[in-house]
Amino acid sequence: MINKDFYNQDVISIQQFTREDLETLFEYADRAKKHKDKKLELLKDKVVMLAFFEPSTRTRFSFEVAAKRLGADVVGFSGEEGTSISKGENFTDTIRMLDSYSNLIVIRHKLEGAAKYASEIAENPVINAGDGKQHHPTQAMIDLYTIREIFGTIDELTYAVVGDLRYGRASTSFIYGLLIYNPKKLYLVSPPNLGAREEVISYLKEKGVAFEEIRNLEEIIDEIDVLYTIRLQKERFPDITEYEKAKGSYKITLDLLKNAKKGLKIMHPLPKLDEIDKEIDSTEYAAYFQQAKNGVPVRMALLSLIFGVEL
Amino acid sequence: MSEKSTLVVSKIKHGTVIDHIPAGKAMNILSVLGIRGEKGDRIAIIMNVESEKLGKKDIIKIEGKWLEPRDFDVISLIAPSATVNIVENFEVVKKYKVSLPDRVEGLLKCPNMTCITNERNESIKTKFKVLSRDPLKLQCEYCGTIIYKDDIVKLTNYLKK
Repeated sequence: MINKDFYNQDVISIQQFTREDLETLFEYADRAKKHKDKKLELLKDKVVMLAFFEPSTRTRFSFEVAAKRLGADVVGFSGEEGTSISKGENFTDTIRMLDSYSNLIVIRHKLEGAAKYASEIAENPVINAGDGKQHHPTQAMIDLYTIREIFGTIDELTYAVVGDLRYGRASTSFIYGLLIYNPKKLYLVSPPNLGAREEVISYLKEKGVAFEEIRNLEEIIDEIDVLYTIRLQKERFPDITEYEKAKGSYKITLDLLKNAKKGLKIMHPLPKLDEIDKEIDSTEYAAYFQQAKNGVPVRMALLSLIFGVEL
Repeated sequence: MSEKSTLVVSKIKHGTVIDHIPAGKAMNILSVLGIRGEKGDRIAIIMNVESEKLGKKDIIKIEGKWLEPRDFDVISLIAPSATVNIVENFEVVKKYKVSLPDRVEGLLKCPNMTCITNERNESIKTKFKVLSRDPLKLQCEYCGTIIYKDDIVKLTNYLKK
């Protein structure tokens, strides 16, 4: 049965979903995995527009593969250079045009609120594939799905979200996503100038979740089940000296993991630079490649639900 | 209005009286309404007069100008206790109590410069959700940024009207 909470809906933030919604999505993702390497014809009359005003590889390609596996036609661009924005057309008119050419727009933009604003202009559904430092809802869906796949549950685990929590949209959406569940405890680990933004802290307090802001990951490494880290997003720092100061402040090393809890999993939305020692890639701690692999089935699941087709 | 105040400022014939403004906020109200007196408006500002309700209050009298509902929303951001009296022929013909709406649209600029509402070349109306009335706390519906009472005056984009 098609879930009414997804059908023809915009996806702007992970906060708009309930636990039941996500369970439906995850069931669909499980089904999508069974169709691996198969091209379905469920969306053969649909056009999916990939409007990546900010360049991306991973998210864009996984959306493209997901849409194509479902049989949709995919068109789009990456970066503003090839669009009429570079000729001076405003964002509003660009979205109006893209909307008229397609049945769904996947949008990435450097400014917060761009996807929400696009959804107000477009008649067709809009999926936020990252808006500035704010949201990356489909990444959070993939993250939660991966945790559920590994641990069999998302509840009652201890989480640490590590690094740049101020400008990181994937980490922000992950935190918001966890609040749909019942984490045992959530540690926010960052340098003082890169702590979670006020609206995130405010939301954590509103939800009444047990959380703590700390500076030193070593203190809690023996307690946590999931360690979520991201790269420093240089492009989002308003002040480059702030970036330079923070660079390299959190590095996950094998040495640090000596005291880790058995079964600890490290997650990262990728691409990773030097925040995780390469030696960790081949250990049982690394969950990030599994996480990346889940991008296509989760996005196939989401597209199916929005278009109202059974997988 | 206390008797003492009426001694120093005469009644207006036609126009608006904004009463029950928290003490010290009258200038802020004029600022956010974009009233500077440059157009020759006759304006009386009475500050720190006695008030039964507020202890002390400010009053603004504007001759020849009638405020509109949109103005009331702006006033409610600075002075939620204010009342607006419309005066004709020296008589109060209408009296309104301002009230803060659940959502404040198009009145404030978002302080986050990477919010889509600040994009040049676009004319996007800002939307703020009221998270708390006392103390006043609003949140940008586009970028999530939270703003407080003390930020309001400097974020007003009402002058663009």
